[in-house]
Amino acid sequence: MIAVGTTPPVIKAKQRPGDRIFSAGTLLAGSLILAILAAVAVFLIVQALPALVADPADISGGEGFLAYVAPLAFGTVWGAIIALAIAVPLSIAVALFISHFAPRRLASALGYVIDLLAAVPSVVYGLWGIGVLAPAIVPVYVWLTENMGWFPLFAPPVSGTGRTILTVAIVLAVMILPIITALSREIFLQTPVLHEEAALALGATRWEMIRTAVLPFGRPGIISASMLGLGRALGETMAVAIILSPAAVVKFALLQQQNPNTIAANIALSFPESYGLGTDTLIASGLVLFVITLVVNSIARYIINRRKAFSGAN
Amino acid sequence: MVATTDTRPMTNSLTAGKLPKNTTVLVLAASLLILTILFVILQLAGATDGFNYVGAIVLGVILFTVAMYAISLAVEGPRKATDRLASILVTAAFVLALIPLISLVFTVVTFGSARFDIEFFTYSLRNIVGAGGGAIHAIVGTVEVTLAATALSVPIGMATAIYLVEYGRGRLAQAITFFVDVMTGIPSIVAGLFAYALFVLFFGPGIRMGFGGAVALSVLMIPIVVRSTEEMLKLVPNELREAAYALGVPKWLTIVKVVLPTSIAGILTGVMLAVARVIGETAPLLIVAGFTSNLNYDLFSDRMMTLPVFVYNQYVAQGQDAQAYIDRAWTGALVLILIVMLLNLIARIVARAFAPKIR
Amino acid sequence: MSKRIEVNDLNVYYGKFKAVEDVQLSIEPRTVTAFIGPSGCGKSTFLRTLNRMHEVIPGAYVDGEVLIDGDNLYAPGVDPVLVRRQVGMVFQRPNPFPTMSIRDNVLAGVKLNNRRISKSDADDLTEKSLQGANLWNEVKDRLDLPGSGLSGGQQQRLCIARAIAVQPDVLLMDEPCSALDPISTLAIEDLIEELKQQYTIVIVTHNMQQASRVSDRTAFFNIAGTGKPGKLIEYDDTTTMFSRPSVQATEDYVSGRFG
Repeated sequence: MIAVGTTPPVIKAKQRPGDRIFSAGTLLAGSLILAILAAVAVFLIVQALPALVADPADISGGEGFLAYVAPLAFGTVWGAIIALAIAVPLSIAVALFISHFAPRRLASALGYVIDLLAAVPSVVYGLWGIGVLAPAIVPVYVWLTENMGWFPLFAPPVSGTGRTILTVAIVLAVMILPIITALSREIFLQTPVLHEEAALALGATRWEMIRTAVLPFGRPGIISASMLGLGRALGETMAVAIILSPAAVVKFALLQQQNPNTIAANIALSFPESYGLGTDTLIASGLVLFVITLVVNSIARYIINRRKAFSGAN
Repeated sequence: MVATTDTRPMTNSLTAGKLPKNTTVLVLAASLLILTILFVILQLAGATDGFNYVGAIVLGVILFTVAMYAISLAVEGPRKATDRLASILVTAAFVLALIPLISLVFTVVTFGSARFDIEFFTYSLRNIVGAGGGAIHAIVGTVEVTLAATALSVPIGMATAIYLVEYGRGRLAQAITFFVDVMTGIPSIVAGLFAYALFVLFFGPGIRMGFGGAVALSVLMIPIVVRSTEEMLKLVPNELREAAYALGVPKWLTIVKVVLPTSIAGILTGVMLAVARVIGETAPLLIVAGFTSNLNYDLFSDRMMTLPVFVYNQYVAQGQDAQAYIDRAWTGALVLILIVMLLNLIARIVARAFAPKIR
Repeated sequence: MSKRIEVNDLNVYYGKFKAVEDVQLSIEPRTVTAFIGPSGCGKSTFLRTLNRMHEVIPGAYVDGEVLIDGDNLYAPGVDPVLVRRQVGMVFQRPNPFPTMSIRDNVLAGVKLNNRRISKSDADDLTEKSLQGANLWNEVKDRLDLPGSGLSGGQQQRLCIARAIAVQPDVLLMDEPCSALDPISTLAIEDLIEELKQQYTIVIVTHNMQQASRVSDRTAFFNIAGTGKPGKLIEYDDTTTMFSRPSVQATEDYVSGRFG
């Protein structure tokens, strides 16, 4: 409880003890969230510090922390970007289908079906990715490297197992699709009916109406939804850890045996057997991941909030 | 009754240049048929081994898209043709998005049913090499860790939401709102590292315990609970709060006895969805709760197995008789999905059944 | 039971914005006083300062004093919660608690305050309040059904029953009929006439016929323009206000020439 001495001298209204306890309690909980977040940052920094200041030769790989984490950071960002490139167009189309194409009665049920994709635990996606998708997609990879190998992304030699970064990206795309779809769908449904009807009344076809009224209105929403999806893809661990056949390399080729690992997957794979400085190094790499996702999410939130101010929703 | 004869002329000028309604279906059927025949010929010629379903369907849909566009372009003009093309592509995207879901459910059910037996739910993996054994230790661990995480996050999350909606003004409330958003984006593995770093401070390096997993999960759960509770509290009409104040009810009693009961169904739904969301988390538990083959009821000492970690561990650490390990992994995945779906289902039922009627 | 209200030099502010300026009036016990005036003139805001309900809105505050039988509502250390138990309020739109039955809605003032009440006392209070609100005969067979199942007019009378169950001295009504059809409106107006025997009633209304039908005295509020504070223009017996008001603006308003 707040000490009596802190009450201001000007008495505004008598405070009831029940009110004071209750509001102080909720305030405490709210502040606790700030404290937890600060604790996450502080504890990670404290535990990571030994790795950051250690002699480069002692870090796994022998060339210092930066050299250790750079390929992992590259893999994290590269995998997430490919996943995003697959998921965004697909999500927009699915969201449009639910909001503007599907029969009204079915729309909410179809939305629920897509939401189910979000409910599947990531470890199950991992199993599915390595057990079903990877073997099934190998022929496609073979075809791509044989016929389009001149294109740097599809450069041979092809992986025989399908455990490539493209497979990972496809699974990540499936995982973030419901997130982007759900948010875009909300935005599309908020398109002012007047704009839509104005377009239709001018003789526009449905697609022209969507292009002139719905998509421009939804653009900031699509961008921020994509950023949130990107944040999720960056931090995804288990699906990557299970599917990917990793190596400490930096390369863009999508279909090869050796793929850049991601920070999250590397932690999951190495942490159980790590000790001492190795643990510290992994925590330091977690800190890097935290910073990357923080930046991406902050940008997304910034876009959402700016848009909120314009739409006058509050 | 006399048969009503259509007195209007058969051709209405407004229907000019429009394709008949069943064109789409006919063209789709024709395209698929053509590709089926093509692939049968290829098969008979020995160019492919077996009938290539995927190729037939994918190429069939592509042929259908091109054909529809061409026909519509010729009959209805470019604007209508583009409209049709967009409709086809959007619908195709939706169907494409469903494929992984269907494939995943199908696979998990088929492979998972192999070990979906009584032994799986009654035995742990203690002293088991190869076939047999079960996941009771993982199920117990998941239930305990999730319950502990819920017990930690629901009070904090709800109280924070109440603060934000009912009391929060100014900078502190803005800061909390912003950081709750930030927390939503914390990768689960980072939450695990945080819990580990926290417990190392008290218990020294190498610490593993179930409660650490609960702390990590609540870091992920709190922002979800805050967000959903906040949404629900905002839905309670201000008029109800004013009605209570006008009766001389203090603010805290108004919140406890009017606002919360009015929104409790929505809040419960949000909590259950949050539980469903974290119960499948693997990475943080892998780090801070560790893995074991033994049944452990004590949250505060020793490693504790959980279902997602069980699935992962069975798959990556296959021993003698690899198939037994893989079967256990799939069955674990099936159980996990069933739990998540059940939680989702209950959440929807709660939302629908207990929602008070606010006009 | 019924008490006299006296308002001295009252100003109401929303943050820096002055919403109502220099109100000075007194309201006798057992009368109905109507506040009329164009939208945004501050009559609802002023009504809310009579039981400190304006404090629910962030940034709202007053200076000046409101005396109820000589006790200043804004004296230091006054608990707004206790004020509201003496000065009840009925709102524009009927707002029964959706989670409660009709009976619990009537008893809300007692139950929400965690006060214990015996079963027989509760039944008596329910019946007395519902009869006071002319609703008893319509709902006595379904007291345990939710209050939201009633019609709009019945809901509003339920809200009145809920307000009088707390046994206040003063009853404030903020456009209580604006969301109701003419028949329900008539029922509420009849009820106001009866309630007058026991309570001091203050009603805000946009309907001038209603003001002339139900009230003994009428106060006319007006604003000079957007962004200016609202002011009390004239306050007199209702008959005087509607037949020969002393201020030109009042005459323009009641005769429908503006507003």
